[in-house]
Amino acid sequence: MPHASGYFRTGYERDLALLDTRTQKVALTVFASALLAFPWVGAPFLLDLANQVLLASIGAVALMLLTGYAGQVSLGHAGLLAAGAFTAGILFKEFGAPFWITLPAAALVGAAIGVVFGLPSLRLRGLYLAVSTLALHFIVIYAGSEYETRRGFSTGVVIQPPGLSTGFGDWVLSGARSWYFVLLAFATMTLLFSLNLLRSNTGRAWRAIQGREAAAEAMGVNVSAYKVLAFVISSTMTAVAGCLFAYYRGFVSAEAFSLFLTIQYVAMVIIGGLGSLLGAVLGAVFVTLFPYAIEWLMTVVPTPADWSNSLFALNYAAFGLVMVLFLVFEPKGLVGIWQRIRNYFLLWPFKQKPLSGPR
Amino acid sequence: MQLVVNIVVLASIYALIACGYVLIYRVSRVLNLAHGELMMLGAYGLFATASLFAGYPLAAIVAAALLALAVGGVVYWTLMHRMMGEAVLAAVLATIALGILLRGAMVLVWGAQERHPLQVLGVANASFAIGDARISSVGLTLVAATTAVYVGLYAFLRYTVWGVRMRAAGQNPLLAAQRGIRLHATYALAWGLATFTGGLAGMLIASESALDQTMVVIGLKAFPAALVGGLDSLAGALVGALIVAAAEVLLIHYVDPLLADVAPFLMLLAMLMLRPWGLFGTREQLDRV
Repeated sequence: MPHASGYFRTGYERDLALLDTRTQKVALTVFASALLAFPWVGAPFLLDLANQVLLASIGAVALMLLTGYAGQVSLGHAGLLAAGAFTAGILFKEFGAPFWITLPAAALVGAAIGVVFGLPSLRLRGLYLAVSTLALHFIVIYAGSEYETRRGFSTGVVIQPPGLSTGFGDWVLSGARSWYFVLLAFATMTLLFSLNLLRSNTGRAWRAIQGREAAAEAMGVNVSAYKVLAFVISSTMTAVAGCLFAYYRGFVSAEAFSLFLTIQYVAMVIIGGLGSLLGAVLGAVFVTLFPYAIEWLMTVVPTPADWSNSLFALNYAAFGLVMVLFLVFEPKGLVGIWQRIRNYFLLWPFKQKPLSGPR
Repeated sequence: MQLVVNIVVLASIYALIACGYVLIYRVSRVLNLAHGELMMLGAYGLFATASLFAGYPLAAIVAAALLALAVGGVVYWTLMHRMMGEAVLAAVLATIALGILLRGAMVLVWGAQERHPLQVLGVANASFAIGDARISSVGLTLVAATTAVYVGLYAFLRYTVWGVRMRAAGQNPLLAAQRGIRLHATYALAWGLATFTGGLAGMLIASESALDQTMVVIGLKAFPAALVGGLDSLAGALVGALIVAAAEVLLIHYVDPLLADVAPFLMLLAMLMLRPWGLFGTREQLDRV
């Protein structure tokens, strides 16, 4: 969708461009420099928040590819994150493997699990598929906790921060600022990769499958191959995010990957707005910052005294409420709101009338 | 012998919970993933009425059961009513969101510590001997309640007007609506009945062990029972519950207690691979979802 009224693509070269107008280029440059300058401006707490958002956005983009574009429902996202994190943890603990081995290994494990997650999608649709991924989530978590108890790491596996020992001396990745740049690089790469993937054959095939499987098949899309591919790509990206998560926390534990984490990721995709990468990022920002916003609200708004003791419960309740409200009143998510606001200013002083009348 | 008793008790727990999943799915094609939380709400309802009607356990139980029935209707009219006609996924996600909301709200209201409604009611949980095995009186009640609920539901769906309406709405909503069946009222009744049976299960589980957060997991573990039997078949839910409970108890006893939480889901995956529509489910429904 163009960001200004008009169509700017007059040649093949223009058609390949990601940005259309000078305003867009300027806006992106300003945004990018703001992102790069942020570590020197923001407080350490804000920096940690930004890192969490970046981590979440990798996972959210991965889930968006699968659910928002290919139309395959997955309730096993936390299981995939756990698979990546445990690959890193186990390889580090058992073999002392450095991060440049564990990261590709996590990606490989992610791809393999993606095939396993994807195979049921060949036979099952919709609800049944969601349920089978849910079952796989429990099995992955079980395998992880089994490893923990068998090896005696009942509280979790501790991982040292990744580092390189070069001829010039040792370098260790630690501190929120260096992590910020690493995560920013990973998130940017994920986003660019997804953006380009969606403009290619693969992305169009996925959207065709989402629209209607039979029609996609009739047009010559290899439905089963593209379905499994969607699962493989999405779970590879998720497993990489899980591996980064393990290194960032320095700690892997099966408890961290509960069903609630899956629901949070699904919520990111829903609240952000299905079928939009911007939505995935907005959703990641919203869901990650939500508990902190609640905590802040607690200090501002007077609440019953015993509520502060059960902050997690308040989080659950408020989170569920927000999710319900979005599902009922704004199914297009944050992106829908953003598009409405943008169209309002784009068309001003005219107004856009929706094609279908008010319900 | 003790193993058989354990299997029967666990199977009746699963069957009692699973019929809630089946009822809602059969009538409105929505998978209610908030069933575990609604079950817990039913148990907390008993806890609340128990202190209200202190000394009259029967009155407390009846009040709590009616409360559970009402909660289901309220949930339908306030939330699920709006999700009808949307994509199936949106409706399922709405139930997930409702589940989280309820879980948080229940901790806010009743706190996170364990509760024992049976002590508040002032009823002791005696145990009986059957041969060389032992069964608690609550366990016995569970088996009886499950039997009663299934017989009642069968008669209700088979012989009453509302039961026939419910089956019609499940088979073809459009035709049912054209014949003058009020779909929303039917769906609301299905939700009410489902939370009623779920609440009953919750109350009994809370009386057997204790009332805390783990109940949600039990609710989720009963779902494979519903699916193994076939999501739209009540008889299937009964058989599925028996199979899943047997698998779980035997795996715990002979292989590894840690498997307890995964066993039902392993069964679920195996079933999805072999016969996704379940043992007694109808096959054509798969294309509808």
